[in-house]
Amino acid sequence: MSRQRASRWLNTPAIVALFLWSIIPLVMTVWFTFRRYNLMEPDRVGFDGLANYRYLLSDPTLFQAVFNTVVLVGAVLAITIGLGTLLAILFDQEFFGRGIARVLVLAPFFIMPTVSALLWKNMMMHPDNGFLAFVFRSIGLKPIDWFAVAPLTSIIIIVSWQWLPFAFLTLLTAVQSLDSERKEAARMDGAGPIAMFRYIIWPHLGRAIAATTMIESIFLLGIFAEIYVTTSGGPGFASTNLSFLIYRYALMEYDIGGASVAALVAVVLANLLALFLMRSFARNLDT
Amino acid sequence: MAASNKITRKLAMTAVAWLVALVIAFPALWLILTSFKSETEAISRVPHLFFTPTLTNYAAVQQQASYLHFAANSVIVSVGSTLFALLFAIPSAYTMAFAPTKSTRSTLLWMLSTKMMPPVGALVPVYLIFRDLSLLDTRTGLLLVDALANLPILIWMLYTFFKEVPREVLEAGRMDGAGPLRELWNLLLPLSLPGIVSTSLLAIILAWNEAFWSLTLTAAKAAPLTAFIASFSSPEGLFYAKLSAASTMAIAPILILGWLSQKQLVRGLTFGAVK
Repeated sequence: MSRQRASRWLNTPAIVALFLWSIIPLVMTVWFTFRRYNLMEPDRVGFDGLANYRYLLSDPTLFQAVFNTVVLVGAVLAITIGLGTLLAILFDQEFFGRGIARVLVLAPFFIMPTVSALLWKNMMMHPDNGFLAFVFRSIGLKPIDWFAVAPLTSIIIIVSWQWLPFAFLTLLTAVQSLDSERKEAARMDGAGPIAMFRYIIWPHLGRAIAATTMIESIFLLGIFAEIYVTTSGGPGFASTNLSFLIYRYALMEYDIGGASVAALVAVVLANLLALFLMRSFARNLDT
Repeated sequence: MAASNKITRKLAMTAVAWLVALVIAFPALWLILTSFKSETEAISRVPHLFFTPTLTNYAAVQQQASYLHFAANSVIVSVGSTLFALLFAIPSAYTMAFAPTKSTRSTLLWMLSTKMMPPVGALVPVYLIFRDLSLLDTRTGLLLVDALANLPILIWMLYTFFKEVPREVLEAGRMDGAGPLRELWNLLLPLSLPGIVSTSLLAIILAWNEAFWSLTLTAAKAAPLTAFIASFSSPEGLFYAKLSAASTMAIAPILILGWLSQKQLVRGLTFGAVK
């Protein structure tokens, strides 16, 4: 017991640091939402009541940004977990050079977001000299100007490419931790590949899918660099998510009050998601 | 008969799996290939698969003093933020793993929940605080933010590693009268060194690839490679081959670190839920 008391203080620095890191910005953000505060007009700073809220909540771009955020997160989650499951089952089979092939599949995850985005923008999706344009021309189709025609879809493709390896690796770890005796027994009982997946593999993946969903959501809610270097949120606001909208308000229009209201919306959205996800996560926690 | 069937099956699986793997890795492989092309080959409408490889792009990028400057920023910020975060994370994870109390579980979950906050939620306050403390566009500032952002992940990952150290080993080696700090330093660190190393690798990878704070808090002086590469997004900078060379150099160290730590990556990023 005395040992516990003696070592308790070792936990304090981390707790204090994380507490300050999470609480100071939040309090400041709430404070700013009630202020008239534009960095370009330092003389006109003052209490502004609910004006920022009224202004922002009547601004259709906020709803478009929320909508885009939800679509981006949802689509990338569906794509990465869907394809990731298929890939995990494929890589659970025995084949030659499996180790090297796995490294190839993992590579996109380790590429920094700005490189991935520029690589896709310039070398894959460029309507003239992109590789996809070449593929389209070779099969007699007209190349697509991806970022003009389907900006949000393009970003979903890029981000899915970045996060597929993570979903794959997590699900593969889960599939491989399934003991082979159970699989063998099911096969002996005459289970075909579909029954095998439905009754043996799928139920075993629940925990891995919950964890993947949570971690990916954390990072996907904050997607920024990919939009910054490709579409800058455009055309119009077609590919603006909440992160980019707040950046736009704060560091391009210098409207601290407006940015803070949008930030509060982002925080509420994240917390709604967190509430639901943390509950399923706490169940899996074995302390 | 059964054996040859098995071989046929394995060969078929090999073909399918390798095709899939190559398609997924293709953009990355294409980037590396392009970095060895001339600029005209790089922007050709019909892609060159066979060409005489050249190192001129790498030489050109290296000659720019600025590249090394940004690379140095990346190294300092990612390694520095990791070491700084470890100073907080190791004692914290140690306490929770070996002297758990009733509140340990909720403390761990609370730490995880701080990671739930999207970074942009803190952008405005952090930007203004940094402006007032003259931390904008400094390596110190970015290092601090990266350390704080990664702290929950480090604590969780170390916690799961420390939990695996058998208590008996720790009890047996426990010296009479040695305080918790000595025990941590003399006993636990040597025992769990592999775990600490892979935790550090993951933190370095995350900090190296971190783009949001780099793009918003730094400019010419303290920008790491993530921000440097982003400056090529304007159409004026369209030198595909040189951009590819610069990008390849920026991602190479992390591809190697990632390959080394792939086994621990899942455990680290899923906060120990999947291992």
